[in-house]
Order: sequence, then structure tokens, then C-alpha cells
Amino acid sequence: MACAQTTPTVESTKSQASQAWVGRTIPRVEDPPLLCGQGTFVADIAAGDNCLYAAFIRSSVASGRLVSVTAPPGVHLVVAADLTAKPIRPLLLRPEYVPIDMPILADEVVRFVGEPVAAVFGRTQAEAEDAAEQVQVEIDRLPAVVSVADALADGAPLVHPVHFPTDPNVAIDARRETDGFHAAMKAADRRISIQVSCGRQSAMPMEARASHVSIDRSTGRITLTTTAQMPHVIRTGLCDSLGIPEDQLRVVVPDVGGAFGAKQPLAREDVVLIHVARQLGRSVAWIETREENFLAAWHSREQVYQLTGGFSTDGTLLCLQSEITSDVGAYSCYPVTFGVEALMAMNELPGPYACPEYSGHSRAILTNKCPVAPYRGVARPVLTMAMERLMEVAAAELGLGRVEIRLKNVVKEYPHRQATGFVIDPSSHVEALEQAVAATDFDAHARRKEEAAKHGRLLGIGMSVFSESSGFGTSAFAERKMAITPGYEKVQMSFDPSGNVVLRIGASPHGQGLRTTLSQIVADELGVDPSRVRVIHSDTDATPYGWGTFASRSLVIAGGASKLAGAKLREQIKAIAASMLECDARDIRLRDGNAEVTGTSVRVSIDEIARLAHHNSQLLPEGLDVGLDATATYDPKGTFSNSVHVAEVEVDPATGQTTILRYLVIEDAGVMVNPQIVEGQIRGGVAQGIGNALYEELLYDERGVLTTTSLLDFLPPTMAEVPTIEIQHLETISDFTVTGAKGVGEGGTMGAPAAILNAINDALASTGGAVTHVPATPQRVREAIRQAQRGKEESA
Amino acid sequence: MTENRTRTVRLQVNGERHEVNLEPRKSLADALREDCGLTGTHLGCEHGVCGTCTVLVDGKPVRGCLIFAVQAEGRSVRTVEGLTGDNNKLHPVQQAFTEHHGLQCGFCTPGFVVLAASYLEENPRPTEDELREVLSSNLCRCTGYQNILDAVMSAAKVMDGDQATIATPANEPSGTSTTG
Repeated sequence: MACAQTTPTVESTKSQASQAWVGRTIPRVEDPPLLCGQGTFVADIAAGDNCLYAAFIRSSVASGRLVSVTAPPGVHLVVAADLTAKPIRPLLLRPEYVPIDMPILADEVVRFVGEPVAAVFGRTQAEAEDAAEQVQVEIDRLPAVVSVADALADGAPLVHPVHFPTDPNVAIDARRETDGFHAAMKAADRRISIQVSCGRQSAMPMEARASHVSIDRSTGRITLTTTAQMPHVIRTGLCDSLGIPEDQLRVVVPDVGGAFGAKQPLAREDVVLIHVARQLGRSVAWIETREENFLAAWHSREQVYQLTGGFSTDGTLLCLQSEITSDVGAYSCYPVTFGVEALMAMNELPGPYACPEYSGHSRAILTNKCPVAPYRGVARPVLTMAMERLMEVAAAELGLGRVEIRLKNVVKEYPHRQATGFVIDPSSHVEALEQAVAATDFDAHARRKEEAAKHGRLLGIGMSVFSESSGFGTSAFAERKMAITPGYEKVQMSFDPSGNVVLRIGASPHGQGLRTTLSQIVADELGVDPSRVRVIHSDTDATPYGWGTFASRSLVIAGGASKLAGAKLREQIKAIAASMLECDARDIRLRDGNAEVTGTSVRVSIDEIARLAHHNSQLLPEGLDVGLDATATYDPKGTFSNSVHVAEVEVDPATGQTTILRYLVIEDAGVMVNPQIVEGQIRGGVAQGIGNALYEELLYDERGVLTTTSLLDFLPPTMAEVPTIEIQHLETISDFTVTGAKGVGEGGTMGAPAAILNAINDALASTGGAVTHVPATPQRVREAIRQAQRGKEESA
Repeated sequence: MTENRTRTVRLQVNGERHEVNLEPRKSLADALREDCGLTGTHLGCEHGVCGTCTVLVDGKPVRGCLIFAVQAEGRSVRTVEGLTGDNNKLHPVQQAFTEHHGLQCGFCTPGFVVLAASYLEENPRPTEDELREVLSSNLCRCTGYQNILDAVMSAAKVMDGDQATIATPANEPSGTSTTG
């Protein structure tokens, strides 16, 4: 007889096809309250509580010495000297990483516009803002480092007075090289170089950050209700700073209005809120304004890539050299550090292409600007743009087709180990490319373009090919030498006596529909309806320690753990059913809420089994524990989904305006647990990628003052700018994950800038101009056309 | 100090009367959230761009962050909470949003469904281009908009046809799970 200690095997989805919930589009359990205005966001909790509100006073200069912060009597002012908490210290265990402390409030020195220097409090947000207006801040301005060029100039001011092993202000200086790189580059028939760059981006979730702190009167325990992606990890960071044991702090994440990476880092403001709530013994809330969100809630993507590819005359990419510079702002973010983009950029090249020899150099440069953090895609939107630009330029220089050169170089045999060590699991790069070409009649576009040119219209088509790394476990993050090494997910699954399933997870969804998709996975394992599965998440008092939601990991890893826990519980149920029905457990199968003897009508309901396991434990078979529960951990190495994006655009040569005429995505996400949710992730990502490609940019002036602090200046696309996004699926089943599912949370943002930039440059080909920086705003497109004209005139 | 500046305002919200004390400078969105207990109206930018706080005043969509509560006195206000019918039956627009996956995080959703519902009530047979124009007044960061457009097009057909035959969801959720 099976017993609880037996390790069950995971049955594949296909063997339970009769009741498969995986693979079906079902409505999300998350939707009804959100649609009716019954969601619970942090600000909603504050609105119903008689709490104090905080307003932060922030530096208006990029670099300076803080002389004084004063407020009239009656204003409750908190400055750095009032706090006992330790600075936040994110760590990488790499020789080139020098730890930089981030104080809770600026102490003596301010390092970017928007850095918090003090907090005031009021009974309403308006009162707190009134009080903030009465605070006087005196700062002696110092020379600011506003760009990479500033930071690397001789005699540049230091953003931090720490000694780096290489150059001043160079916070990360990382290299990697394969043994045969130099010989391969020397032997290459052609060496082709490109440069692309990306402006600063904001993840810009619709809900800015918000936190609410309450204190339990009887125990003194603190509850922080906040907009976070990693509740357990944030608790560790806050407790380390506050010097309190972790059992004193409960972190709860209610509904979150989008995050996209920008709510992953620990918010220094939360330490101030906890300090004041404990001091006063009452609740305190902070609802970030949109302006604060732009100023201080983490930026991303300001990167320059220089690539040189060594090609043979037939277009084979033999070797690749990268030189990557990331402007990371003034501090490091907890826990992933400012190495997140710089190191990922270096390590994930050359993307989906087979290239045996590689030399990479990546630097993270400190500046007096808002610190960077992950934003959906992390490095890969710009990395993909760089590789895809290289393919375009190489095709032109070698006289090859744009599709031809990609087909020649994409990975074709799996698993494939890249020069940087990443293993690409079974994927469909060739099929995806061929399908994209067929669906868009890619090769015939030249005729359409020619026809339009007769009427003075500039049409262009561009593509991007990429792999999306997802579901990375501990081993992948350990390679990065993170002091805090994320990766695994652990779930606890149990039946209550009424036969409903409770699943507790460490992942922390905020819009991805994970409660729905996990319930589908569990439903298949246990033979119950998904509506009987309740998922509990985002509460450190109620969930196992886990790493939250980022890096397209939740469905792959928490989903894998859920499947494993379900398999364990299934064996327990079968054992009890076999005992009740007096048969062999191997003859039992779970279906439609029942445990039934295969091939007969003999059955017992899972509800009855659950009740017996709790209320009549004397009847349980020997060796089974009371109740029905199981715990499982899943810690995969990682899996790659893959995509091809194609954009067709029209560029107005007079205004520089780009219009997207058609957008197609070929996506291979492996097993799609809920196809509608997968497509939602893709479309949302592409829209953000369109913003990245054409509209959105955070701009600082020469003094380091952010000039894009409202939605009138920073322009996310609206429904008028985002076209219909066509999606076609491929389904390569990889055994790198237990569910066969691959992560798709970030792919949309990765592919869109590259496809659109290539399309714009295809449209501009007849002018001789090219744009290599995104966003490709009308001004930049016009400048490219003008520059080409000037070049022609000079050479004429 | 601020007590002296407050005044009593009578608001008619979703057919219910609310008598609230507030400062004249308070926005309608803040008054709905803090004084009427209606937190379904969310604030995304508080400078009139994102449309998350869209509510109806005398049937017309307005930015709840750009109108003072005192300006709504004597007028009829309708919020997302007022869209749901008796027996918690979803409005056709709400129903279409869940069927077409027109929401992910759900933060901008109240603004979109209020805007769409009001438009469809006055324009029962919109074209796709008209809807793109109208709905481009609000921002969403999750969906990429297409499912929102599909949802509203589908809701238009349902509302124009027979409101009585609105389908219930194929898989009625048993309830919302806890987030603590």
C-alpha cells in the first residue's frame, strides 16, 4: 500500500486528458472583485483606517551637502538623525563589487533629485502635504555626475567616497572570455560592429508605491501592508535594517496595481514608517504620488551596447565581442543590486544564436540619478535590440537575406550550451522564424515598400528573434554570486475537512492570474474542480518562505512545486480510498471529485475522504498521518521560451512620426496552462515594448534635475498607439520543467524595441539614415534623416 | 485647524445620499474614497491624465481627481460600485472584461469599465475606431489594450441585443482567495 513517505511520480498532463484543466482558458478567479470596485489595494486599507499619513521631503538637487532641515513647531519632522536603523546594504559576493550603503534618509549628503531627506506626518494626506510645505531644507550644491561621460571624466566628482578596484564611479567592471575568442576573431572573414542604446525607462505601474504600518497592541508585532513583489525577502531586509527578529514583522501584500520589477526592491521609506508607527503606537501610511514615483521609484535600461561580430563570408557568426555600459544611478537596490542589468546583459549574449566564442565586458557606472532596478525584461530588451541590429547590418554587408542570416545562426540542436554557460532547452527557433516569415509574407514586403515609395511613403518591416530565460532556480542565481540567492519555491497544500484545497505559496502575484493558473494545475493533479482550490499568497504569516514574483518565474516554479505537492496528496487520497473501497491503491484514479476504481462505478468522493482524514483518523490506513497535507519544493535550473516578433511600420519623412501598421508575435511557451492569460502577458509586454521603442523616456537636464515627472512628459502608449497584436503559438515540450510550461512574463518587452527599430531603419534605408537609440522619437528619426542628407551633400 | 475650513456637502452616489464634512479643496475622488467608503475609484496620477479615477457626474465621465467634491453637490454621481446590478450581477461591460481578459492587476479597471459603460449607454453601436478614440483617454499598463477593446465591442453587442440574456461565467468562482 502506498504511504505518505513514498515519493510519487508526476503524471504527465496528457495521461489525465479526460479532465485536463491545464491548457484551457477559464475565467480568472481574481476578476469579479476587481471589476466591481471591491479590490483591496494599500490605499484602500489606509482610507478605511484612522491612520497618520506620511509625506516625504526630497532633495531638489542632484548632489550636495545637507546643511539643515527645519520645520516650525507643531510639525512632526523625522530626519536621518532621528533614526537608529542601519543603512540598506545590498550585496554581491564578487571581487569587483564594492558594497555601497543606502541610508534610510539622506544623511549629510544628497545624491539624486528625489532622494528622501525627511518625513512629516498628518491626519490626512493633504495635512501631511501642508506640513511638508513648511519644511526648510538647506543644501550646499556640489558638482553632479549626470552622465556616464561625466562619471568617467578625469577628475570627476565621486558619487560615493569608496575605492573601486578599477576606475572611480565604476561600481561593476565584469569580464568574461572564452579561450578561443581571440583566435576566432582574428580568423573571421569579416568583423562587423554596431552600437545601440536605450534611454532611461520607468516601469510606471498604474498604482504607485504605497505602504501601511500597524502595530498589534498586545504583542507589539508590526504589520507592514505594502506594494511589494518579494514579501519574505523585504521582511529580511527591513528586519536587518531595524535590528529586530523576523518574527516581529509581518509583511502582507494585498492587491497590487502592477509592478513590473519596480516594486521588487526594498523601499527605504518603509523603514521610516515602521520607526514612526512603533514610536507613536499607531498606524501610519504612505501613498506615493506619481511625481515621487517618477523621481525615486527606480529607473532602468539606460544602457549602451557595442557589439563586434566575427563572421565568415557565408554569414556564420563565429565569435562575438560586447562592450556594455549601464548608467545605474546613485545607489544599489536590495536585494538584487545594481548588477542586475549589467551582469545579465553580459551573460545572456548572444541570445538565441549559436556562437562558440565570446568576449564580454560590462560596466555599471554610478551617477547622481535615481537608482536602477529590474524592469520587465531586464537588460534583454536592449540586448535583443543589439543582436538584432548586428544581424541586420551583417546581412546588408555580407549581401545576405535578413531571414537567411538568422536562420543560419539560430540554435538548432537542443539542449544547447551557450559560451556563457546557459543551457537552452528544447525550443523552436527555426520553426518560429519560418512561421513568422510565412505569416507576414516577409520576403514580399520589398514589393509593398517599393510601391509605397512611388507615393512618397516610407514603409519598413523588421523582426526580432530571441529566447526568454525564465524559471531560474537557485543554481542560476548562485552563479551571479548574490549574497541572497533566490530560486526555489516551496508550497504547502492541504485539504480542509469539507474537501476544499488550500494552497499556500511563496510567490507573490500582482495581476498575472496565478491563483487561476495554479488552481488549474492542482485541479488536474487531484481530480477536483479548480474552483475548489484556494491559493493563499503574499502574507509572511500565512505562507512558506519564498522569493515572490519576478523574472518570469512564478508559474514555472510555484506551478512546478504545486504539481509535485499535488502528486504527493494524490497518493495519500488513493491510499485512503483503497482502504475504504478495499482495493489496491494502484487501481484508484481521481476524477471529477471522486476516487474511483478504474473501469468500475465503485467510487468514494474526495469530500468524504477529506472528512475521514480529519474526523475519523482511527480509520486511516497504517502509516498515514492525520489530515491531508503535503509540502513540496521545486528548484529548476531554468527554461527558455522563444519568440519571433515582426513589426511593419510607416515612417512619415516630414515629421519623423512612426506608425505601426502590423504587429505579429510567434510565441513558444511550451505548455500553456491558460492560453488567454499567456496571450495577455504577451500583449501587455509588447505594449510596454512599444512605449520603450517610440515614446517613453526619463530625461534629466544638465544639472541632474528630472524633467519628466508627470504623465504629460513621460508618455506610455494609449489604445490609440497600440495596434492589434497578432499571436501564433508553437508548443515545444521541454523536460526542463515538471509542468512543461515556460515563462512568458517578459518576452513582449524584449522583442518589441528590436523589431520596431529594425522596421524603422528598413523604412529609412532609402534616405541613408539610421536610428540606433530608443525611444525613436520623431525628433530622433528626423535627425537621422537630416544627418544622412548632410552626409550626402558633403560628399557631393 | 482644518476643521474650521470644512463644510457639509450632500452627495448623491449610486442612488444613495451621503452627507459628509469636507474641505472645499478635497477632490471628488478623495471624498468618494475617504468619506463615502467607496474605494473602487482609484487614483493613478492625480493630474488628470491616466483616467483611473473616472466617475460619472450626471451621466458624463469626469476625472475624479480634477473635480472638487463640492462641485458635485446636487448632481448625480455614479461609480464602479454602482455598475453592478441587483444580486451582484455584473454589468455587461464588467462581464465582457472577465470573458475577454480585459484586466490583469485591476487597478485601472474601474476607470475603464465606468467610461465604457457610459459610452455604450449613449452610443449603442460604436465602431472600433470610435472606441479606440474614446478609450484612449485612459491608461492601462498591463493588458496592451486589445482585450479591453474586444471586451467593450462584445459588451456593445450584448447591450444592444438583449440585456436580459447575459450569460453567467462558465466557471463561476467560488469566492476570492485571501491575501491576508
